[in-house]
This record gives sequence, structure tokens and C-alpha cells, in this order.
Amino acid sequence: MNAQLFALAVFDGVAYAALVFMVAVGLTLIFGVLRILNVAHGSFYAIGAYLTASIGGAIFAAGYAPWLALPLMFLAAAIVGIVLGGPIERLLLRRIYAKEDALQLLVTFAVFMILEDVQRLIWGTQPYFEATALQQLGNIEVFGVFYTTYQLVVLPLVAITVLISLRLFLRKTLSGKLILAVTEDRETATAIGIDADKVYLLTFVVGAALAGFGGALASATTSVVPGMGADMIVLSFAVVATAGLGQIEGAAIAALLIGLGRSFAVYLMPELQVLIPYLIMLLVLLVRPEGLFGVVRTRKI
Amino acid sequence: MTSEILLETKGLEINFGGVIAADNVSVEIHAGKNLAIIGPNGAGKTTFLNICTGYTKPNKGNVYFCGREVTQKSPRQITRMGVARAFQIPQLFSEHTALENLLIAAAAREQRWAPFMKLGQIPERDEMMHLLELVNCAQVSDRLVNELPEGQRKLIDIAVALALRPKLLLLDEPTSGVASSEKFGVMDILTRALAEAKVTSVFVEHDMGIVEKYADEVAVWAAGAVQLRGTPQEVLEHPDVIRDVIGEEL
Amino acid sequence: MTLRIAVPIVLLAIVALLPLVAPWSQVVLTLALAKGLAVLGIVLLLHAGQVSFGHALFFAVAAYSAAFLGEAFAGGELVMMIVLGLGASLFFGLMVGLFVVRYRHIFFGMLNLAFSMIFYSILEKFYHVTGGADGMQVARPTVVGIEMERAGFETLLFYGSLVLCVAVAFCIHRFLSSPIGNMFKTIKTNETRLEYLGISARRTLLVGYVVSAGLCGLGGVLMAVAQGIVTPEYAWWIRSGELVFIAILGGAGSVAGAFVGAIIYEAVRVNAAAFAADVWQMVLGFFLLAIILFASRGLVGLYERLMDRLESKKPQAKEPQEKRVPGAAE
Repeated sequence: MNAQLFALAVFDGVAYAALVFMVAVGLTLIFGVLRILNVAHGSFYAIGAYLTASIGGAIFAAGYAPWLALPLMFLAAAIVGIVLGGPIERLLLRRIYAKEDALQLLVTFAVFMILEDVQRLIWGTQPYFEATALQQLGNIEVFGVFYTTYQLVVLPLVAITVLISLRLFLRKTLSGKLILAVTEDRETATAIGIDADKVYLLTFVVGAALAGFGGALASATTSVVPGMGADMIVLSFAVVATAGLGQIEGAAIAALLIGLGRSFAVYLMPELQVLIPYLIMLLVLLVRPEGLFGVVRTRKI
Repeated sequence: MTSEILLETKGLEINFGGVIAADNVSVEIHAGKNLAIIGPNGAGKTTFLNICTGYTKPNKGNVYFCGREVTQKSPRQITRMGVARAFQIPQLFSEHTALENLLIAAAAREQRWAPFMKLGQIPERDEMMHLLELVNCAQVSDRLVNELPEGQRKLIDIAVALALRPKLLLLDEPTSGVASSEKFGVMDILTRALAEAKVTSVFVEHDMGIVEKYADEVAVWAAGAVQLRGTPQEVLEHPDVIRDVIGEEL
Repeated sequence: MTLRIAVPIVLLAIVALLPLVAPWSQVVLTLALAKGLAVLGIVLLLHAGQVSFGHALFFAVAAYSAAFLGEAFAGGELVMMIVLGLGASLFFGLMVGLFVVRYRHIFFGMLNLAFSMIFYSILEKFYHVTGGADGMQVARPTVVGIEMERAGFETLLFYGSLVLCVAVAFCIHRFLSSPIGNMFKTIKTNETRLEYLGISARRTLLVGYVVSAGLCGLGGVLMAVAQGIVTPEYAWWIRSGELVFIAILGGAGSVAGAFVGAIIYEAVRVNAAAFAADVWQMVLGFFLLAIILFASRGLVGLYERLMDRLESKKPQAKEPQEKRVPGAAE
């Protein structure tokens, strides 16, 4: 492996990690607060991608300015969060917080099944490809390697911005502090009068929007096809599990680890490409069952 | 002291986020001497039981049972060696009946792995029924345990531990949750059952009347360490204990 | 004999005799029984409070084992296929199980999913061995050495499957009433106490897990032989989801429900596929939500309630009244 290939692998890995992080961070945020693993999260990602690619394709074909690509992504994320995430939490998840874990998992799995078909009904099975955002920004040369600015600069910057703003939001704003309080101790938080319902709703909407945003960003770099949601939910779960459920900063590091592992596999052992993320997860969990940054909680007896 | 040492701890230390739950705890528990542990809440009494049964690992120190080191062993291994435990919050199988809870314990003790034998027909059934009678719960043997009041759950939890025929039984507040009018009745039953089965017990207790009547020895726990140990009379009349422990209980 | 016991026997007789009156139903019922066996594996795990989203893995492992055997011995032998498929699924169950029994709930479900996705992509990628997305043909095997005509083979397969299902259901029922079966159930309610009885919760779960993998394996072999082809789709998450769906439909935890659910599911699927193919997942998803929210004990639960009412006992007060699952009343 020469230096150029090495650089390429690193760039691929970083770009990919940025996308996976966007989805994983929403998943882990929702888990931290609601204690529910949202299997439908993969669908939010796919729908974000479909919305961006299809609307983008239509408006750019109609001659609208290419710079609209970015606002469009925010719009797609907002639609996913508010139109999908809001009602799902309010109408469905709220009824199952008291049920056993297995049933909660099944409910989000059912939503996932439904949304998979919704995508097929709306967008069909043909791939969508809409790379205006990618093409607009052109390429840059780093270490003698040409790479798209969008993937090498924009995606990582967006991911870092999301990480930092999420951190600031959680530590500095009132809503964020309420979310943290509920995450750390649900009983006490509700006992001192925090409106847990509102916190749950807000968290779920934000989490869903992040997944949608991840999909929107990804749509510029890859064709949008059926099944991408299923792949992403398992992959982002691998990231979240590797980091430790509920660990936001940890998810960033785990995403980078898995993203790099995967991209090096592409160059070194292509047939293992799909397996690497899972192998990393399995290895980490073998050594640390609670994940890299997770904390063990013993039950009081 | 001539009797055999069942359980021994040497220099146990542990803290949870700065709160010291055990500070150089060295204790010997002798066969046939029922030991009561008293002391304020948060003094580390339950933690001590957790360490002795392998549920919590100490930062420092060792635990020996019948002369063999068990510090790093799991609750399962320590149970197999003959230490049973009843819990402050009853740990029962909520979707099974009272009798089934005991039968599962008996099947575990006797290693009944035959896949086509029915749980309700294992040879220990009569023995378990007898045990339920002993703790006054025979009339609810067919009821799911999560439908029973806390007092009965507590007794069934103790019966489950007894079903294992341990050498040493650790009881975490056996009479909490039991109506105060019944506490002495429960302890009468319990001590009789223990004596009959030749089981030594260690019990964490807040009721000094119970301690005085049923313990052979008393250890006073405070700030993660044994402050005082002796016969009930010696300990309960000690001025520090009257001030710090009994005073608090009143 | 009470009605409660008579009805299942009558239903079993109807299933056994239906192909004589309606020949088209034979293949559908065979497929349903094959799935029912796999669903029984899921039902078993539900007794320990665990859901696996990846059990199609063992279904596929056994199906592909049968296909490889058929390929290696020009057709192969049905008994050998069943033995090999069962053996392979038990072995894979043990290997995967050793890892996943360290986890519960979310991790358990998702790690199973991850393993099945890995296997799915292996089946697809290594096409020179597995035939890739096209899969492998499974020629009609001999049965104890005897070559059979198609019609005779299919009849034999159906009745063989039926007998196998009844026998397996009985065994699982007995297992669940045994001491170890009851310990297995306590993983759902209180593992801490189980450990404090001197029993390893992990090992107990592993026993059930390996058995559940074997059940999926049996189903996988029957499916492979009945359909005459195996594809990576056997290991796909949608197949796993389907198994979980049927388990919940039949009645979480009910042995009989696994088969009742599988037969009703398969009958509906075959008849609805023509006009609902595009929205099939969606229909399943809505059904799943409806069952979980309004009839958490599934079809068998509804049956029990009906019987309670007929015998004019007090109806079980466990579920909200009068919210019926569509399809259950017919």
C-alpha cells in the first residue's frame, strides 16, 4: 500500500465516518433518554436521502440555483424530524414505555417495516442519484491526492459542528440540561417536576432529524436505493454498541474507527469490506461488553 | 473460640465514587453462631453481603469460605460451595408460583437436568411443600409470587435460600416488610428451621428486639467498618451503640 | 372431553385432511409447517424474554447445508439432509450462541441481526460457492434410498412434516415444563436469583438458544426441499422479522400458536400476495403494532378468551376489552 492509497483510504474512512456518525448520534441520543433502541432510525436516514435526491433532482432540472442543495438538506432533515419523528413518538412510542424491552424493540421494528414499504410506494425501486452538492464544490488536492471537497471538508466539518453544537446544547441550554437530567435519572427528574413527555418528544424529533440529515448528506455521494435503511440501522447500531449505548462523544470515535476500518478493508481485503464494521464491534464487545466508553450498572439487590 | 470458621474476610476495601463502603473489613464468622449486623443505613452492610457472595468485587482484600479463597468467584460458584442468600428486596421468579420458585431452587440444588421430567414432579416436591409450610406460606403455594404481599414474598425468598440447604445463610433485613406483629413469629420459625438444618446465619437487622433475642453475636457497622463486636448484651449496652445506633432506630 | 381440548384436535385433523380435498393447499401447508418450526425457535426465546432479529441465519445455514449435500451427491437423501441441516444449525447456534448469550434485550436482538447480515452478505458475495443472489437448486432427494415421483414426494413431505411438527411441539412443550425449561424462563424474570441458586444464566440461555437454532434449522431444510431452491433471501432480515411476526401473531410464548400463526400467515400471504405484494411489509408492520398494543397474547390468547366466555367463566382482565385483532374473528 503506497502513500497515495493510504491517504485515499484515510479520506474515504473519514468521509464515511462523518455520515455514519450523524445517524449513530441520533440513535444513541434517543436511547439515552427514551431507553428505546429505535430500529426505524434506518428508515429516517433513507427517507432523508430520498427526499433530498428526489426534490433536488426536480428543482435543479427546473433550473433553480445549485446552492439550494444545502438548504434543501436542512429541509429534508426537518421534515423527517417533525413530520415523521414527532407523530411516531407522540402516538406510538408513548404508549409502550412501560412495556417490556422485547416488545418495545418489536414496536420500532414494526415501524421500520412499514416505512420500508412507504419508501417503495413513494419512490419506487429505481435508484436516485443527485450529486449537485458534490459537483458544485469541486475537488481539492491533499498529499498529492485529489478528493472531493464535499466529502473531505464539508462532511467532516458538518459532523464536528453537530458534535460540538449537540454538546453545547446539552450542557448550556435549559432544554439540553433537562434532557441530560432525564438521561441520568428518569425517576428523580420527573419527581422534581421535569415534564418528561416534552423531553422525550424533543429528543426523538432531534434524533430523527439527525438521521434524516445524515441521509440528506449521504444522498450527494451515493445512489439512493431500497434497503439502504436496513444496512444503516445495523451499521449505526454497530457504532453505538462499540461506543457504549448513550455515549455521544464515544459515538464519534467509534464511527471514525469503523469508518477507517471499512475503508482500509476496501483497499486491502475487499471481500471483507462488509464484515469489518461487525468484526470491530464483536471484538470490542468481547473485551468490553458495555462498549468502549459505556459504564457498567449493577442492579441494586 | 473453638468452633470452625465458615467465612472470613481480610482487609476488604471498596468505595463507590468516593463513598467508602468497606474500609479494612476483617471479619470471621463461626459455624453455629448466628451473627447479627446492625448499624445505620449506608454503613455498607449490604455491600458486605454483596462482596461475600461475589456480586461485588472489593478493591482490596480477600474473602475465604471454609478456608478456600472465593474473592474473585461469582455468586453462582459461591452458592455452589454452600452460601445462600436472602435479599432485602425479594429476588423471586415473578411469573412462577410460590411452590415453583422453591422447586426451581431444589432442581438447581439436585442438578435435575432431565429434559422430560416435569418440574412439578421432581422428588423434592414434598420437601419443598414442607418448607413452604414452615414459613407459613403453604396456603399460597399455587399463587404467582408477584401477586403476593411483600411480607410473604420476603418469607418465600428466605425459603428459596433455605431450599438450597446451605452451610451459611446471609439474610439482608429478613423482617423488613413483615408486619411488626409478625416479626417475632417469623424469626421463631426461621431460627427453628435454621437450627433443624444446622445452618449458620448472618442477618442484617434494624430491630434491636430481634437482635437481642435471636443473635448469638452482634457486629456494629458504621462508616464501612466493624466498630464493635460481641454478645448481644455487651454490644447493646455499650454507650456508643445506644447513642449512635439504637438512638437512631427509635 | 371439553371444547377447549376438542377444538385443537379437530383443527389438527382438518390440517391433515385438507390436502385430500384441496390439493393446492398441500404445498402451502408444507411451507407453513416449515416456517412454524422456525417460529417455534423464536417462541422458545421469547420465554426467556429475548427477541432475535437474526434467526433466519440458522434457517439459511440448514437450507444451504441441504443444498450442498444435494449438489455433492447428485440429489441427496432427505434423511441425510435433515440430519446434516439440523447438525449445521446446532453447530452455528452454539458458535453464535456462545457470543450472544452474554447479552440481553437490545444487544441480543441486534447482535443476532448483525450475525445474520454478515451471513447474508457472505452468501451473496461468494457466488462461486453459493451461487450468489440466484442461490442454488435443490433437486428432489431420495427418501431412505427410494426415488420418488413429484406428487408422491410432496405428499410424503407434507405428512412427514406434520408428524415432525407434532412430535417437536410435544418435545418443546415438555422441555418448557421441565426444571431446566423453567430455569430458562427465569432469565426473563430474575437472572440474579438464578445465579444465586448456583445456576449459570448464560449456560441456561445457551441451551435454549441452541435448541431454537436447531428448530430454525429443521424448518430451513424442509423449506429448501419443498421449494427446490435456496437463495440468500433465506438469511435476510425480512425473513427473521417474519418469524418474529408470526410468533407474536400466534401468541407470544405459545407452542401451538407458532403453528396456528404460521398456517394463517402463509394462507393469507399466498392469497394476498397478488394484490398486496408492494405493501406486504407495511401490512405486517401494522398488524404487529395492533397485536402488541391491543391483543398482546395473540391468536392463542384470543382463543383462550373465547373459550373462557363459552365456558362462562370470568374473561381474563389482562387486555383492554373489545379491541379485536382483524383476522382473528373469521
